Order: sequence, then C-alpha cells, then structure tokens
Amino acid sequence: MKPYSLILKELWQRPTPMLTSLVAVTLGVTALVAIQNITVYSEQKISSEMDSLGANVLVLPPSVSLQNYYSADMHGKTMPEEYVTQLALAKLPGVQNLAPKLCVEADVDSIPVVLTGILPRSEFEAKAAWQGMSLLTSSVGSDRGCCATGITGGDEDEDPTALATKRSIKDLGKDEVILGSEIASQLGSQKGDKITLLEKEFKIIAVLPATGTIDDGRLFAHLHTVQELSGSGPVVNVIEIMACCEDAAGDLVGDLSKELPDTRVVTISQVVETQVAVNGLMSRLSWLFFSILLLVGAASIASVMYSNVSERRKEIGTLMALGASPAFVTRLFLGKATILGFAGGLGGFLLGTVLAYILGPQLLGVAVQPMPQLCLIGIGVATLVAVVASYLPARHAAGLDPCLVFNDA
Amino acid sequence: MYSLENVIKKYERHGQEVTALDDTNLEIPDNDFVAIIGPSGSGKTTMLSLLGGMLAPSSGKVVLDGVSLYDLSVKERTKVRSTKIGFVFQSFNLIPWLTARENVQIPLVLAGCDSEQQQQRASAMLEKVGLADRMRHKPSEMSQGQQQRVALARTLANDPQIILADEPTGNLDPETREQVMEYLTEFHQDGRTIVMVTHDEAAAKFATRTIRLVAGVAADLNTESQAEAA
Repeated sequence: MKPYSLILKELWQRPTPMLTSLVAVTLGVTALVAIQNITVYSEQKISSEMDSLGANVLVLPPSVSLQNYYSADMHGKTMPEEYVTQLALAKLPGVQNLAPKLCVEADVDSIPVVLTGILPRSEFEAKAAWQGMSLLTSSVGSDRGCCATGITGGDEDEDPTALATKRSIKDLGKDEVILGSEIASQLGSQKGDKITLLEKEFKIIAVLPATGTIDDGRLFAHLHTVQELSGSGPVVNVIEIMACCEDAAGDLVGDLSKELPDTRVVTISQVVETQVAVNGLMSRLSWLFFSILLLVGAASIASVMYSNVSERRKEIGTLMALGASPAFVTRLFLGKATILGFAGGLGGFLLGTVLAYILGPQLLGVAVQPMPQLCLIGIGVATLVAVVASYLPARHAAGLDPCLVFNDA
Repeated sequence: MYSLENVIKKYERHGQEVTALDDTNLEIPDNDFVAIIGPSGSGKTTMLSLLGGMLAPSSGKVVLDGVSLYDLSVKERTKVRSTKIGFVFQSFNLIPWLTARENVQIPLVLAGCDSEQQQQRASAMLEKVGLADRMRHKPSEMSQGQQQRVALARTLANDPQIILADEPTGNLDPETREQVMEYLTEFHQDGRTIVMVTHDEAAAKFATRTIRLVAGVAADLNTESQAEAA
C-alpha cells in the first residue's frame, strides 16, 4: 500500500461527499470546452464564409456614396491607379488580396454592356517596384493579422472562373475577355468566341458561373486595355480588398484610411462586426460560465473538505499517533483535491466535447472536432482550483491536535 | 527509559487556567508495565499524550532514552513516534474503509516500508493475534474484540519498544477484556514497556506497577504500599 492508495481507497469507499464538488468542477469545464469548441469552429466557418464572399473592404473615391456593394465601381468617379501600388507596399495586416477595377460602358452588337477592367496578379508580379512586397505571390494570412489562411495561390487561381469567387485572377491577356453568365447568355457567346468591344476584338477565355450579383451582367477585360480603350488614363473606380474578417472589423479600415486619406473606405462592417462580436461574446461567456462554475466548485470543494476533515478528526489523529507528520496529512488532502480536479477536468473535457459535437451542428450548423488543448486547460485549471480550495482545509487537518485520539480528549 | 521531570501542564478553559499535571516526576524503566489509574479529569490522558510526544508540557521535561522529546522538532518527534511508540485506543481507532490487513499496514506505510514487506509483516501480526482468517475483513465486519486485536496487531507492526494504551479494555466484554490483557502481558514479556491508562482495576492488576493520579498529582501505589508494609 502506498500513501496515494489511502486517498484512492477513501474516495472509492466514500464517494458521496465528493460527488457534488466533482459535478460542479466537471460542469465548469464542460461549459468551457463545449462553448469554446463551438466558438472556435464557428470562427473558422465565418472566416471561410467571408473568404467565399469575396472582397469585404472597398476603397472608393471620396465623393462616392455606396448604394449597392456589388456595383460599387459603377459611379463614374475615379482615383489614381497608383493607390493600388501604395496599398500593396504598405503590407497592412489582414489584407489578403487587392482587386482594382475600372468600369466603362460599351456595347456589343448594339447591346449595351458594362466592361470592367481588372488587373491580373501577373501584372503585380511583373512590376519591378512591387517585387519586394510579395503580397500577392504568397499567403499573407498565416503570419500577418488574424487570417487563418491565405487565399491566394493554388491551382484554382489559374482558372479564370475563379474570378467569380476570388475577385482576382492570375493571368489575363490584353485581348482577352471574361463574360458574366447572364451577359454571355444574352449575347449567345461562349468560351473561345470572339467579340468586339470599343472597336477592339477580344477572345472570350471564360464564362463565369452565375453568382446572383451584378457581376453576372458584366464583361471583364485587362484593366490597362480598358483604360486605353476608354481613354480614362491610369485610374480606377474602386479597389476591392479581400481582408480577414476580424481585421476588417478591427483596425484595418482605420489603417487603410490613414494610408489613403483621399479615399473612402467602406466594409461589410455590420456583417463582419456582428459575426465577430457574436464569437467574442460566446468566447467571453464560456470563460464566464467556466469561472462561475469553478468558483462554485471551489466553494463546494472547500466546504466538503472542511467537513471531511471534521468527520475524520479521529482518523487524522490516529494517523498522526501512528507516525504521520503534518506534511503527510496535508499531502493526503491535497492529493485528494488533485484527483478530484483531474477527474473533473477530464470528465468535463469529455462531456464538453460530446456536447459540442452534438450541439455545434444543431445550434450553429458548425461541425466540430475535439480540441486537445482544451483538455490541458480544463484539467490544469480544475486541478489548480481544487488544490487551492483545499489548501486551508488541508492545513487545518495538519494542525489538528493528535491528542483527540484519546478517549476523553 | 521514560522520565517526567517536574512536568506541569496547564490548560486555558473558558478564561480559567486548569492544571492537568502538577509538578509531576515519574520514572518508567525499560520493560516496565505501568497502569495509570485515577478519576476522570485527573490528568491520565494528558500524561499519555505527553508520553506520546503529542502534547508539549507547560514546563518540565519528558525524556525518552536520554532525549528530551519536546526539544525535538515536530518531524523528529513524529519519527520517534513511528519507530519507538505504539498506541492502543479504547475505541480501537481503526480506519473503517480499510481491511484488517490494510489497517495493520498503516504504520508501515508511514515508516516507508515497501508493499511486500508491509503485507508480510501485517499478515504475521494478524496471525499473532489469531486473526489470520480475517485479513480482508473491514472493521464493520468484525466483533469489538476482533477489532481490538486488529488494533493490537497494528500497534505491533513497527515493533515499538513502548506501548501506550488508553483504556484498552473500556469497550470490551469480560472475556475479550481478559484476552486483550493477556496479549498486553505477552507484549510486556517480549521486553516492551507498557503504559496503560485505565479505570478498570482488574485490568490494572495485570500491570507490575500502578500509579494513581488525583488532580494532576501522581502517586506510585506500589511505593506507598511498600512504605506502609515497612
């Protein structure tokens, strides 16, 4: 028999007094694990949805009032194209991609169309002045700002239809054009056909899938070609920025305004802020529940330990008479608290994970996976709380007068 | 050898000072069997606590084998208790959730013996008190007499040179009382020193010496009777 066997045997033989405390600690950790688990996976889902939404920040000329997010470039106002370079060189945290646009009216076979000039990323890479920025040639989200993942790069970007979701493409020739699904249908054109726009012949290299936005009715050509054909010079109507959602809701807008003071920066702020706020609230709530339930658990443990010491006075006195030192008695009670905290932490982690697994898809439509780091946090904090709560009762036990073992003591 | 040198023990109770032991001098040589008798509140338990290294005197010294017990640190005194002193209690003080053998193992656990040694020694001690067939029984599954024998086996586990017994027959029927006293006599005959606090005059007769405590003052009845005889 080892000293810890004394603790385990006592817990095994007399589990009832400790069950309340164990339940409180377990519930505290369960609340933390379940809510944190759902929150983390909810954040990932939101982040992924924001990526699929495309650009979530717009840089516009200052006098523009935004009526429709997706037609933000159709206002006729322009700003210098060099702003794009300036933004790229600024390397602002949270910026994943830039997509400058210039929108002009044209017609194809007497049908009025909107021709939008876009800048392929190969143009960014080609510019010597931007070689050092590596903004669009490598993922920026992984080490800057709060982006979980970068969105640039990958084979998918080579496909021009990626423009529909990614808002930018890798390559686009000066005489190539991409059609929105609706206008392609209206013109009866398909990939490989040729069409004439502003007296220049273009080859259709892709027809975009339907997006349900105004983009379905657009034609996309190289920005510089559109600038040249329209005679507008090196200007753009809008710079779309794909930013990480938390940054978009945070400092990014301020940073952008500071970088380009003569512009207007707008974001899908309500969407982003609300979603980020909900996540933050859930996260804070989980810590609040965790703290409250752990405090209840701590109070319960302290109370149960005091009563345990009181019930076992004779037993403790006997141990002391038989040669147990005060330090041994202290260890006996703190050991018991450690086991309780560990069991509560582990039980809470398992219960919380199962709860998150069940409730995540039901409540938020989020599929969750176990998060081992929460196991460490849960067990660590629960054990610490249990030990701290038991310290005074343990010292009280160690300070008992061993003479109480005698008959008339 | 034990000696109490001018030991005074005073308590504070409800603002009043109570003298439990008053300037007591006592010598208990090795292999002595002393019965301490006296009315309730006379200081018997206080004396046992002092001898057990569990209650420091207000003044005076308790010396065991030439070492003043209360000049030792708590840790050293705990060590003395676990190696030299065994206790027998009136209500046995067995741990209710441990088996008989595990109860006997406790002093060996506290002394740091390994598990195998603990089990062998505990089994041998239980056999010695006639409980070889009760090793896995819990205290609640045994009679009072059997429980006291388990307690005696526990007392012997560390082979103590001194046994301090507090009313060891107080909760027992006459037959079991006789049996327990015979065991104590046997332990005495094995060379141990026994100091027994008792109300039971029949039990006291097993001792070789009787000390009466009245209001904190000790009187050796044997010395008195010798003086009277002279």
